[in-house]
Amino acid sequence: MAEPAATTGGPAARAHDLVLAARDGDRRSLARLLTAVENRTPLAEPALREMYPLAGAAHVVGITGPPGAGKSTLVAALIGEVRKAGRAVAVVAVDPSSPITGGALLGDRVRMQSYAGDRDVFIRSMAARGHAGGLASTTGAATAVLDAAGFDLILVETVGTGQSEVEVAAAADTTVVLEAPEMGDEVQAIKAGLLEVADLVVVNKGDKPGAQRTAAQLRAMLVAGGGPKVGGDPSQARPRPKRPEVLITTAATGEGVPELLVALDRHRSSSATGPTDSARLARADALVWAIVAERLRERLRAPDQSDATRVTLAAVADHRLDPYAAADALLAVLGSGSASPARD
Amino acid sequence: MTDRPIKVLIAKPGLDGHDRGAKVLARGLRDEGFEVVYTGLRQTPEMIATAALQEDVDVVGLSILSGAHMTLLPRITKLLRDSGLEDVLVTAGGIIPDVDVTALAEVGVARVFGPGTTIAEVADYLRTNARPRD
Repeated sequence: MAEPAATTGGPAARAHDLVLAARDGDRRSLARLLTAVENRTPLAEPALREMYPLAGAAHVVGITGPPGAGKSTLVAALIGEVRKAGRAVAVVAVDPSSPITGGALLGDRVRMQSYAGDRDVFIRSMAARGHAGGLASTTGAATAVLDAAGFDLILVETVGTGQSEVEVAAAADTTVVLEAPEMGDEVQAIKAGLLEVADLVVVNKGDKPGAQRTAAQLRAMLVAGGGPKVGGDPSQARPRPKRPEVLITTAATGEGVPELLVALDRHRSSSATGPTDSARLARADALVWAIVAERLRERLRAPDQSDATRVTLAAVADHRLDPYAAADALLAVLGSGSASPARD
Repeated sequence: MTDRPIKVLIAKPGLDGHDRGAKVLARGLRDEGFEVVYTGLRQTPEMIATAALQEDVDVVGLSILSGAHMTLLPRITKLLRDSGLEDVLVTAGGIIPDVDVTALAEVGVARVFGPGTTIAEVADYLRTNARPRD
């Protein structure tokens, strides 16, 4: 609509026009691309095919932690700090969808509205839409779009998490786990899960009583078992937990936020020098397998195949066929070449 | 692909502090299956237009009880148009006299919901009138 040429061509041509405009700084085109990716419209695939090779330069930082720990407030404070350094910053803020109605109330922007006049700040809310890992299934694709559009830093704020929503660690280069003071005893800190994937642990609300004590407990417990083993053959070692730095911030006043940004940059430069960046490999793995699964589903539900697929599924539902045999049967159909040749 | 939730921005322009209605509506539309971006109190027209653009919403719902609607709402609809968002449905709610409704319609406020409107009425109106999705 804003781009008359775009309405005439097919999805690939329209996606191409939007990508060019978004790369040129047109925020409306960028917003439209994000919608295409989020809603998996016909524009999504051609757009991502074009943008993915252009992405990879941004530092993607995941911010996670329990509801009310101060994630949105910290993101707002970080935006201010990053802008002082003149870097362009984008935010993807995920909130949960209702499991009953599919609706969602996306309220993270409330704390980030003061940057409206700054075109180098772009904030986008996303509903999780039933995805359970703390993000939406399309959050990774959305960060790739923002990355290709030229943002230096992308902050991904998860839904308020419990103990095991660790997906953000694969979606981000650096994962920040936020805790509030006095949220639990030392045993909470040594349970498996969220804290294990942290590159940085931040105790927010540092002005509250107990913040120092919580930070000290976390430092003691996280350092005790973690860190690389000294000596020995590293290739033989079992995967070991990270050894995150523990910081204290008061996001509402900005205290500790400059130090957090320094720590983020330090983590970035230390992890970028390694031979393979494991976070980026994990992200590639998740992206590609999701597409493989989607393509398989698409082909099994294509008109020429959907009846046979339904019969197989019905046989499993009636316990006449076991699910493994059913999966093998469906894969065999695809392998036998009855499926149409790939589109490209 | 066509069954994606309709995305709605609920914002309170101006300086009045009465956000109960906006919050009830945001929650009610959530329960009706909408994805609602809530931006809170004391929003400038620029904040609202920027949020609508970045979030690529289908609907902008403006709650205003201060009496400043004839000043603020035309500025918001103009900013939306200037940002290329002329296809976004703009509605308003709050205390807005009938005599102003026609003037607001002329600047692009498609519908004004007065006191006593039910959530279901708003939801039905939005489902019928929000722009079609890609």
